[in-house]
Amino acid sequence: MQLNRDDLMKAYRLMRVIRVFEERVRDEFEAGRIPGFVHLYAGQEASAVGVCMHLDDEDYIGSTHRGHGHCIAKGCDATAMMLELFARKDGLCHGKGGSMHIADFDKGMMGANSIVGAAVPLAVGAALAAKTLGKRTVAVPFCGDGGSNQGGVLESLNLASVWKLPVVFVFENNGYAETTAAGWAVSCGDIVNRAPAFGMPGIQVDGFDFFAVHEAAGKAIDRARNGGGPTLIEVKVGRFFGHHEGDSQTYRAKDEVAELRRDHDCLKIFRKKVEGAALLEGEQLNEIDRQAVALVDRAVEVARASDPPEPAALFQNVYVSY
Amino acid sequence: MTADSIYAITMPKWGMAMEEGAVVAWHVEEGAPIAVGEEIVDVESTKAASGIEAKQAGLLRRRIAEVGDVVPVGGLLAIVAGAEISDDAIQEFLASFETATAQSEAVDSQLPRRVAVGDRHLNYVEQGVGEVPIVLLHGFGGNLNSWLFNRPELAARHRVIALDLPGHGESDEKVGAGGAADLAAAVLGIMDALQIGRAHLVGHSMGGAVAIAIAADQPARVRSLTLVASAGLGPEIDGAYISGFLAAKRRKDMKAVIARLFAKEVMVSDRMLEDLIRMKRIDGAETALCRIAESFFPGGRQIDSGLRAALLGSPISYQVIWGREDGVIPWRHADGLANVATLDGAGHMVQMEKPSAVNRLILDFIEPLGGMVEPATPT
Amino acid sequence: MARILTMRKALSEAFHQVMAEDPTVIMMGEDIAGGMGAPGELDAWGGDLGITKGLIGKFGAHRVLDTPISETAYLGAAVGAATAGLRPIAELMFVDFMGVCFDPLLNQAAKFRYMFGGKTKTPLVIRTQFGAGFRAGAQHSQSLYPLFAHIPGLKCVIPATAYDAKGLMIAAVRDDDPVIFFEHKVMYDEVSDDVPERSYTVPLGEANIVVEGDDVTIVAIGRMVHFAIKAAKQLAKEGISCEIIDPRTISPLDEETILESVERTGRLVIVDEAYPRCGMAADISSIVAEKGFHALRAPIRKVTPPHTPIPFAPELEDLYLPSPEKIVAAVRETVGAAQR
Repeated sequence: MQLNRDDLMKAYRLMRVIRVFEERVRDEFEAGRIPGFVHLYAGQEASAVGVCMHLDDEDYIGSTHRGHGHCIAKGCDATAMMLELFARKDGLCHGKGGSMHIADFDKGMMGANSIVGAAVPLAVGAALAAKTLGKRTVAVPFCGDGGSNQGGVLESLNLASVWKLPVVFVFENNGYAETTAAGWAVSCGDIVNRAPAFGMPGIQVDGFDFFAVHEAAGKAIDRARNGGGPTLIEVKVGRFFGHHEGDSQTYRAKDEVAELRRDHDCLKIFRKKVEGAALLEGEQLNEIDRQAVALVDRAVEVARASDPPEPAALFQNVYVSY
Repeated sequence: MTADSIYAITMPKWGMAMEEGAVVAWHVEEGAPIAVGEEIVDVESTKAASGIEAKQAGLLRRRIAEVGDVVPVGGLLAIVAGAEISDDAIQEFLASFETATAQSEAVDSQLPRRVAVGDRHLNYVEQGVGEVPIVLLHGFGGNLNSWLFNRPELAARHRVIALDLPGHGESDEKVGAGGAADLAAAVLGIMDALQIGRAHLVGHSMGGAVAIAIAADQPARVRSLTLVASAGLGPEIDGAYISGFLAAKRRKDMKAVIARLFAKEVMVSDRMLEDLIRMKRIDGAETALCRIAESFFPGGRQIDSGLRAALLGSPISYQVIWGREDGVIPWRHADGLANVATLDGAGHMVQMEKPSAVNRLILDFIEPLGGMVEPATPT
Repeated sequence: MARILTMRKALSEAFHQVMAEDPTVIMMGEDIAGGMGAPGELDAWGGDLGITKGLIGKFGAHRVLDTPISETAYLGAAVGAATAGLRPIAELMFVDFMGVCFDPLLNQAAKFRYMFGGKTKTPLVIRTQFGAGFRAGAQHSQSLYPLFAHIPGLKCVIPATAYDAKGLMIAAVRDDDPVIFFEHKVMYDEVSDDVPERSYTVPLGEANIVVEGDDVTIVAIGRMVHFAIKAAKQLAKEGISCEIIDPRTISPLDEETILESVERTGRLVIVDEAYPRCGMAADISSIVAEKGFHALRAPIRKVTPPHTPIPFAPELEDLYLPSPEKIVAAVRETVGAAQR
């Protein structure tokens, strides 16, 4: 897909909103205003946005516990998301799910999932539904390097190939499954090496480069959409924060994060490329930066002023009918 | 004295599936006199319960079966004879009595069948032979088994067809608008399919209204009308029966509803209730019944579609039978009509509560009109 | 008019009817057709006990899907597909296998509607075989439905008659919540009764009073319903009148019917072939002890297997299971122990 100015601005906007959102969530969490756990996506923005630019509301994604970025990239409303993280009744899930279970089926976002790898079979199911109903929609489950070792995920790779389903498996390898290095836990080294074992093509891309992700994802998604079956994409990324907020990150090298932020910030890399090629101007991008901050500020303002769920909500929506 | 003066009261066969029945209660002591038509004993099968009426007068000489006994169809329940018959003669009779298995085989032609009528299938059962058949039409919520106690006696002398109206029993759920015209069309359709030119229509409750509608619309097809506790003759109806029937989801709810139909509660069996609940669960059944209820009994009252006037203005011979304890449609709707017989001790399901009397009234009414075949066996 | 079908045929008829009426209904499972990719016959088995035979021929391989042995993936796929417009019927061949695939049911299907604020529904049926009696040993004979009834968000159905099996299956497929449908492997052919030819539903969450009685309430689950009926016939000869209740659905459980019955009889015996600890017998006992205590004239009795795995040897398996004789003994004890 050739990216025009609007596309480029959209891509940058989405990535910037994710970055600002996550950093603000970090602040609010630290201040004790967000309950539970948060797992921040900052640093991995190019992966979510590079992939989701090819998807519309009818396509499905499945996500992980680190799902805010996928959610925003898929078009979910930032304010509704913030309300959910703050456990407010007007949150995306009415305060019933929280960060790890944030979902919006209207936007094809099948939910963040706190069970590692669990979204992958679900997305395969969405692809099965699409194929059975004769639709051209695709399903893209995101999964981490840790999740790539889960039994259900490996079964899903096999199943998607056997049933030739319109799935694109995106493994975001940020190098760590909690504290355990991917290099150690993934027996074949790179996750992409698993693709042939499951009967599908595999691509490994530099996840700090939006354009690389975008190109690889585009090919794979087209292939799926046109009945070519599944593809495995390994996106090599890095997370700026810990596994969850509160993680001391002592398992990481001393300057690892500083180096990531300096040399592998996908937003900086994007700016350099588009400004360098005179596709967009610095001031336009700065304006987007300001708008992103305003958007997230507003989201937090609304969230902080909103009400928690009513007690009756405890009993609602266990079933459609009981 | 001859054995002819000794009469055996045996377990009757109600419906094809019945193989045995249980004795529920005796109403006459051993040695006591009984009159014709008197209820002697209550029995029940899995499907139905009823009292057995005496067909002969005399003394109840022996009660053979006891309360709680399960007796096969044709098995001996009691012996009736005059006082002048000796005990030895009774003993001899007992010794030589054999269960009338031949009788039960003869009525095995009671297998229901399905016939295509237009775009739907209707269920019916046919017994007996004769030139002008009797067609039995049940009421709202009923089915061809509403005539369980009538079919055998009528079929001994006539060709009898009992059918499930659309939306009922085993017939399809397609009821059209659910009014008398639609149901009448279905009945005429079956008559066509079975090549019946003219019939004696016997209609109970809503089935009576359907019968009047047929007579009004196609008088050439109707030899006579017997209207049993019929709808269409007045405005009142027990709306609670209708709405209760529609709402009932479980046997215990249905029990209270069905109890309204009978003067005596013992008539309602578990199996009957279960069958009704199961019928309602069939896809489309509840919708069909609602539509029929809306057409015939909107707002808990009978719709006035001119049936009473049509009946009075019709040249077709008719009679009216009602139970005086009918709590569903008041027997007073028979006022002003011809050939009215009201029976004491019977509720809305008079044909089940007083079967012998009702059968007698039907036969006595239709036979003088001709078209009856001489029965093969003496009655 | 009586049309007697085995539970096997009744279920098969249900599948044919729901698949014919609704194109979004698909079936999946291991060898539910059989012969996939093999040189011989397709539809070789029609399920390991033949329940699903004939469906692939009628509805095609795009609606009757054989799967690799990947329960997590295909049950997870069934859950995902249910949120995306299909109404899948997925088979977990033996409930004993739930260990390899409980997450899609426990943490996903059961919780979507709640966690996502009511914005999605998961109209899914998981059908699974349970029950002992075939000498199949400890890992193929269990009755693990209490584990599923324990989970809010799942519904659990256990038919005991062919009539109920067809009606409950059609109802389960039409239900918009995830339903786990338990089929007793022995009852497929051991049980047969009157089944209407047309499509019908039996409502979920409604118990059936199989036999009405006055002296004791027997709540029995699955195959135990038939054992209870046998026991009741023997007890009737001893002058004891038993009321037998078949819950049919254990989640939601029709507490009202059970409590109303105990209100009248004052005595309760519960018969279940699942393990005794934390099972349905324990659950129902607790409900009645809490809400029906005033009506009880004797302690509640449970007739269950012992707290052991299921043995292989026929003599031991027979010893393990509840039986009509054990039910009779429990009822006699309950009746004899009347306090008032």
